[in-house]
Amino acid sequence: MTQAHLAPEVMARAREIVALYPHPRSALIPLCHLAQEHDGWLRPEAMVEIAELVGITPAEVLGTATFYDMLHTDEVGRYVVTVCTNIACMLRGAYELLEHAEQSLGIRTGSTSADGSFTLEDAECLADCGRAPCLQVNHRFFGDVTHEDFDRIVDDLRAGRLADEVPPHGTLVRVRRDGGLRVDAETVGSERRATAAAMAERAAASESKGAG
Amino acid sequence: MAVTDAPRIVTSRLAYDDSHTLERYLATGGYEGLRKALTMTPEAVAAEVDAVSLLGRGGAGFPAGRKWSMLRKAPTSYLVVNGDESEPATFKDHLLVERDPHQLVEGVLIACYALQVTTAFIYIRGEFALGLERVTGALNDAYGHGAVGRDIFGSGFSIDVVVHPGAGAYICGEETALLESLEGKRGFPRIKPPYFPAAIGLYGEPTVVNNVETLSNLPWVLVNGAAAFTALGEGRSTGTRLFALAGHVRNPGVYEVEMVKTTFRDLIHAPVLGGGIPGGRELKAFIPGGASAPWFGPDQVDLPLGQDEVGAAGSMLGSGSVVVMDDATCVVRAAWRITRFFWRESCGQCTPCREGSGWLEKILRRIEDGEGRHGDLDLLMDISDNLAPGVSWPPQQTTICVLGPSIPSSIASAIRMFRDEFLVHIKDGACPFGSAPHG
Repeated sequence: MTQAHLAPEVMARAREIVALYPHPRSALIPLCHLAQEHDGWLRPEAMVEIAELVGITPAEVLGTATFYDMLHTDEVGRYVVTVCTNIACMLRGAYELLEHAEQSLGIRTGSTSADGSFTLEDAECLADCGRAPCLQVNHRFFGDVTHEDFDRIVDDLRAGRLADEVPPHGTLVRVRRDGGLRVDAETVGSERRATAAAMAERAAASESKGAG
Repeated sequence: MAVTDAPRIVTSRLAYDDSHTLERYLATGGYEGLRKALTMTPEAVAAEVDAVSLLGRGGAGFPAGRKWSMLRKAPTSYLVVNGDESEPATFKDHLLVERDPHQLVEGVLIACYALQVTTAFIYIRGEFALGLERVTGALNDAYGHGAVGRDIFGSGFSIDVVVHPGAGAYICGEETALLESLEGKRGFPRIKPPYFPAAIGLYGEPTVVNNVETLSNLPWVLVNGAAAFTALGEGRSTGTRLFALAGHVRNPGVYEVEMVKTTFRDLIHAPVLGGGIPGGRELKAFIPGGASAPWFGPDQVDLPLGQDEVGAAGSMLGSGSVVVMDDATCVVRAAWRITRFFWRESCGQCTPCREGSGWLEKILRRIEDGEGRHGDLDLLMDISDNLAPGVSWPPQQTTICVLGPSIPSSIASAIRMFRDEFLVHIKDGACPFGSAPHG
């Protein structure tokens, strides 16, 4: 038996997530996010364990993950800076901001700084166009970003002053689900059958009334 | 200039900083719509929603009530909420999931009761990290409050709701792609027919897919009644609607206005709405309903914000996004950027879309770069014709989903309205506005 990659508490959460869905494979994307929270990106070792959890092959996990922009199958920086350049942001200076970001971070779009702190990406519409140009750092929004704002955000990140607002890359949802139906499928099934019967009865009653 | 004093249906709580909390929600009439629904039969709730002729607020504008009635014959298995808002410059659902998550949850619960569905999934695009946290938190509180879970509010009806994060793919907003994604697969749209997931949806079972804003209207409809809703708007476009205004306006943002009674001019220029175009600039063109929509010019600014009215004028209200471009905007660059978006987001299943989007992007890029060739405009239109025969509106379908045939909209609009501007780019070998594509 090889050493497990994902930590035991992460595996426990993963099993809880799988249990939320009628079919385990539905948990695939949430589990990829969970693995990114663990490692900062989607490591091959994690994909093997995810595959086992949802009952598919590691290749299927990889093949699905590469479809999605937020799932990184290569290592990324601690802070992934995503500048929106779509039409609404472009009209308000997004490409100029992206150029400034490249100079300020000393990296090209699509690459990671040598110290592993920052990855710079350009993105399609992030849906914060009321505050264009906008960007995200680890999927936390910053709006109406001037070049000065950008430099301040980078300084604050480096100094750890935004630790509350911006968790390390990969942490998507810090609020855990704590409610739930917690009933077995048979109970749900019998309720559904009773409901269907009641609805059919009412429909039949209204039809006979209509006919009469 | 008229901005009506219609009530705010989905944005009534946004004045409060704590609009996302259960305390504020309960203090402002929260969960009363659900309580009322639970005193009615499911059929009566569905009839109420059918009566308001609530046109879907996601983009296609299909009546929500009719989507539901397709399922009334057989029991529905799942309700899926489409919160994958990714249409360029559309940011209204973003506001709703972050600022009023309980309203969405209540709308979901009302819909579930009407459809007698016991399992619902709220699919929210992954980039809305805060929105995901807010909706998850709201659900936790709603379970605690007895609004979700076993025997809700003592009604004997049980329901479970799961929040599902997306992971960054525009195409997952297409409802069959969204279902594939929710099944843990690549977001490939499904071949039609069946046209509606009502027949074959999630896991092959009958499913209703509704948009975030559509469902967020339901609590108000239940409390105030269908008549109060249909008293607003006109014709088929009833109620209010959220419009996401972006680009060259003083006050970009999301505005809830009465449908049809408000015009694009009001939205762009009214001081309480867009506030006009800054810098003493003039309106050059605007996109009335998302990146897939044909553009309008200053002549069409007095059109009312109504689905049929905008449709008759040759475009669509779509996702409720309005992008304003002033007279200093290079339309070649704008058309290029929108085309680049479609190229990046094409799922790659269908050849016309996968290949055509790339060719169009390349040609537009070289024109903007000053390397356009004689005959490039004809070439653009020829490729567009392969994507959507006749380049008509609404486009003819050549692909599995509507993404591909939507690509020519911006290109055909820009060439039709500003042909000379394209020709100057090609003749002078430079952009007259001094702009250039990037990326």
